[in-house]
Amino acid sequence: MKLYLKVWRQEHRDSKGGMISYEVDGISEHMSFLEMLDLLNERLIQKGERVIEFDHDCREGICGACGMMINGRAHGPLTGTTTCQLHMRSFNDGETVYIEPFRATAFPVLRDLKIDRSAFDHIIQSGGYISASTGQAPESNSIPIAHEVTEAAFDAAACIGCGACVATCKNSSAALFTSAKISHLVLLPQGKLESADRVVSMVNQMDTEGFGHCSNTEACEVECPQEISVLHIGRMNYEYNKALALRK
Amino acid sequence: MIDAKIPAGDLADKWNNYKDSSKLINPANRKKLDIIVVGTGLAGSSCAATLAEQGYNVKSFCFQDSARRAHSVAAQGGVNAAKNYKNDGDSVYRMFYDTIKGGDFRSREANVYRLAECSLALIDQAVAQGVPFAREYGGYLNNRSFGGVQVSRTFYARGQTGQQLMIGAYQALMRQVSAGKVKTYTRHEMLDLVLIDGKARGIIARNLETGEIERHVANAVVLATGGYGKVYYLSTLAMGCNSSAIWRAHKKGAFMSGVSWIQFHPTCLPQIGETQSKLTLMSESLRNDGRIWVPKKAGDERVPNDIPEEERDYYLERRYPTFGNLSPRDISSRAAKERIDAGCGVGPMKNAVCLDFSKAIREQGRDKIEEKYGNLFRMYDKINGVDAYKEPMLISPAAHFTMGGLWVDYDLMTTIPGLFALGEANFSDHGANRLGANSLLQSCVDGYFIAPYTIPNYLSGELKAEKVTTDHPAFIDAENNVREQLNRFLNLKGHLSADHFHKTLGKLLYDKCGLSRTRKSLEEAIVEIRSLKKSFDHELKITGDEGVNSELEKAGRVSDFLELGELMCHDALQREESCGAHFREEYQTPDGEAVRNDKDFCYVSAWEWKGEAVEPELHKEPLVFETVKLTVRSYK
Amino acid sequence: MKQTTLTYKLVMALTGLFLCFFLVIHLLGNLQLLLPESGAREQFNWYSHLLSGNILIKIISYVLYLSLIGHAIYALVINRKNTKANGEKYVYDKRSQVSSWNSRNMGILGTIILIFLIIHFKDYWYVYKFGHLPLDAKGNKDLYSIVISSFQQGWYIIIYELSFIALGFHLLHGFFSASRTLGLYHPKYSSLVRVFGWIYSLAITLGFMLIPIYIYFNLNVL
Repeated sequence: MKLYLKVWRQEHRDSKGGMISYEVDGISEHMSFLEMLDLLNERLIQKGERVIEFDHDCREGICGACGMMINGRAHGPLTGTTTCQLHMRSFNDGETVYIEPFRATAFPVLRDLKIDRSAFDHIIQSGGYISASTGQAPESNSIPIAHEVTEAAFDAAACIGCGACVATCKNSSAALFTSAKISHLVLLPQGKLESADRVVSMVNQMDTEGFGHCSNTEACEVECPQEISVLHIGRMNYEYNKALALRK
Repeated sequence: MIDAKIPAGDLADKWNNYKDSSKLINPANRKKLDIIVVGTGLAGSSCAATLAEQGYNVKSFCFQDSARRAHSVAAQGGVNAAKNYKNDGDSVYRMFYDTIKGGDFRSREANVYRLAECSLALIDQAVAQGVPFAREYGGYLNNRSFGGVQVSRTFYARGQTGQQLMIGAYQALMRQVSAGKVKTYTRHEMLDLVLIDGKARGIIARNLETGEIERHVANAVVLATGGYGKVYYLSTLAMGCNSSAIWRAHKKGAFMSGVSWIQFHPTCLPQIGETQSKLTLMSESLRNDGRIWVPKKAGDERVPNDIPEEERDYYLERRYPTFGNLSPRDISSRAAKERIDAGCGVGPMKNAVCLDFSKAIREQGRDKIEEKYGNLFRMYDKINGVDAYKEPMLISPAAHFTMGGLWVDYDLMTTIPGLFALGEANFSDHGANRLGANSLLQSCVDGYFIAPYTIPNYLSGELKAEKVTTDHPAFIDAENNVREQLNRFLNLKGHLSADHFHKTLGKLLYDKCGLSRTRKSLEEAIVEIRSLKKSFDHELKITGDEGVNSELEKAGRVSDFLELGELMCHDALQREESCGAHFREEYQTPDGEAVRNDKDFCYVSAWEWKGEAVEPELHKEPLVFETVKLTVRSYK
Repeated sequence: MKQTTLTYKLVMALTGLFLCFFLVIHLLGNLQLLLPESGAREQFNWYSHLLSGNILIKIISYVLYLSLIGHAIYALVINRKNTKANGEKYVYDKRSQVSSWNSRNMGILGTIILIFLIIHFKDYWYVYKFGHLPLDAKGNKDLYSIVISSFQQGWYIIIYELSFIALGFHLLHGFFSASRTLGLYHPKYSSLVRVFGWIYSLAITLGFMLIPIYIYFNLNVL
């Protein structure tokens, strides 16, 4: 099949970008979306042009490196899917496909579709951990944790940090990402001790990074490849309000 | 002869003896010591975080945009530990024995015993960090069984154990970043190792965001850069996985071992087209309920569901009645290849076998199967557009894990003083074949529990060493070499992309140094790889500039893969026996089982770099078995 | 503690919920307009007088004014910050496919409501407080006549009804969103609140919308 691509090309962080058109034929429906871009890049090399830069790594939906806006949707038309797991059978022959980077002030574009998501690392650094140094741990079965609690913590911990939640949010809010981490840790007994300080400093950091407010449109849950629930945002708010009320 | 420096004493006491007698550094002095850790997977993150907790200054490097994305995230099945929570007779010794036997008696007793011993503390550590391992309804940790063993010792977090352990280690690392003890350099690729007075004292790294070449100095360098299975191009690995850090260390004098021991994972999705970039792994747990078969008749064109029961060959159940579909990975993969080569393969490229759940669905009901493997069936559908509840899955073996890597002694130090290798990057504890759920274990144990003892032991001798800065001539030389190579790539006026060479090399290795090898195929491969390397040096074409440039990154990695590929063939050629993942067709029984040669090959091959297109030099580390008796590894 | 996105949202939620509560009181008052004309006039005027005289009610009314102003100002501040967080716009944007229209356009809906409120205050509140109104039989200011007469004009009713449709959509998202901001995360109660929010929004919206239509068709008396 043949596609008409319009791809965002931008030289550097501060330069102005724009959409450039490409025609790609010989696409098989079994290809993944990224393999289709590989094909285009191979042809660009033959023509002596600079390839389209995009982030990708594991190509099995778990590392969270890939991510782009495809036809105006984070990770493309499917829900619960990363860009690397999107296949060309989701597109029609002759279709025009728009490809842009995930956009947010906190996610500056480095080149073409590559963006800088270090803001997420900063949020985790501000408190997204349990302070257990190597050697301090007690016998693992000495802390029984109910089956459903572990499962709920897992649901939150499954976040791959791809940034689709921010990209699809009309306010570029990082509420789903931040709340998933808060939920994961506060659900577990070993994570409860630091919960008040954690939630306050992570929420502060989220602001410092320049993310917007959560308006509860719930678009993030729809686009999240791991289908992380927006109820975690409710839990983050609860933990935050509790800290607001009880902290000295 | 090289010395692994194994401590004295009984097997069970060696590690304690080591810890009791290793040299310590007082906390005030730790602040004066800098350590570079390259790689942020389980081994790298855990090592960097633990050393920082102890008080050292750590610089952590990764090529990904965040430490959390290292390829440890992709491990699905689980992590082994001899906790014996299932009360099924497990013990440290039994785990040690399973691992030694699984590795076909080609690993060191002392290392493997330490691995099993430290497995206990790892589970404790991970749970304390908040890793949500599966639990029973009573709240205690749950276990499952895995291929190649008869006890349930695998701890798991659904099908994402690697990711969850990785998040735990990443968070520990981030905690140290906020404490100011670790500085992270993401989107940085190590391009050379800097030696001063024969010791590792720093690295040259390229900032992949700006293209700048940077010099970093330290008192010790740790490489935790993972495996090189991507040398085959099509593999279960991430696109960015590479051998450049270890290979460039090798060219600076570190020996490589077990180079040709590559594990092919039996349950991967087959290649279906020429533009494919990845062979996705489907969890091995599927083999607990799925039955593997091919048509009895070669060249059968019917779709699998049209082939009647009596015309199906359940070859694993036929050949290995005791372990059947749960036979170890090397055996399952080889058996699949044998059938595919015999023309019985299925699928559009006739390169796959069927993994059939119809019997399990009939016996247990669809609900039960959905509960156990729902996410995998969904993933299969997502990638192939096929409903595996109705049709058998098509699977095929794919390059997965490299047992080989940098040779290390008991301290995990390479032959270069001050250069340590952890996790999959070292030649490790798995011998010639790794058991499922042991790789997460090894990388974590190396990073959390071993290197944080052995590195200070080395550093204690470095406190009085001469201070060096990045202005030292060795740094200038190394940087110039790196710049020269990058400029050469950018100025080549060829016409073929880096991927072209990578794919060609991969196919060549699959055919001639893959699941099975012969003297002839290996000798051919060496000649062909050398000519491919020549062509690469002249006909490569790189577009773009020195800034963000993924093609430039690939070129360096492919260049290293080409040299590494040749060493793999030398290693496989020299080892005239079949052991674990290394199957030389000349050395097999009449019914196709591997024949190991303990008389002539019971040693670790450690290869020394001698220059481009020059035969590498072999050093031998004899494997001494004091505790276990070498037996024929049988799963029949 | 410094003000964060979450404290801003908390102000929005609390002021919003107070306004929701006020809407109930207001609606209950207005429903008196549906009584037979004879009783309704005195009842409604008495009720209006009660609301303007009582000290407790006075305090509540100040909270109400503050809530209204606070809700609007914080909405503006939040909106500014969100625009800043968004940075460069998407060239091709289909994100609207994955969320409801009203949840994305609370600002527009709120602005419509705000414009309506200005008209509303000018026509009733200002007239009642500062204008000269005739007195009814009991000596209370005759707001009833003002209301009834305004609802004799078709265009006025159209503005009124459209504004309440906007309010309805605003409430539909706002009520549940406030509960989320306050920290309700339990799946069971979260969906209960959502159902309650639906019922509440429908009741308030239809209640307010019914009154002018009823008056227009049934009380063409003046």
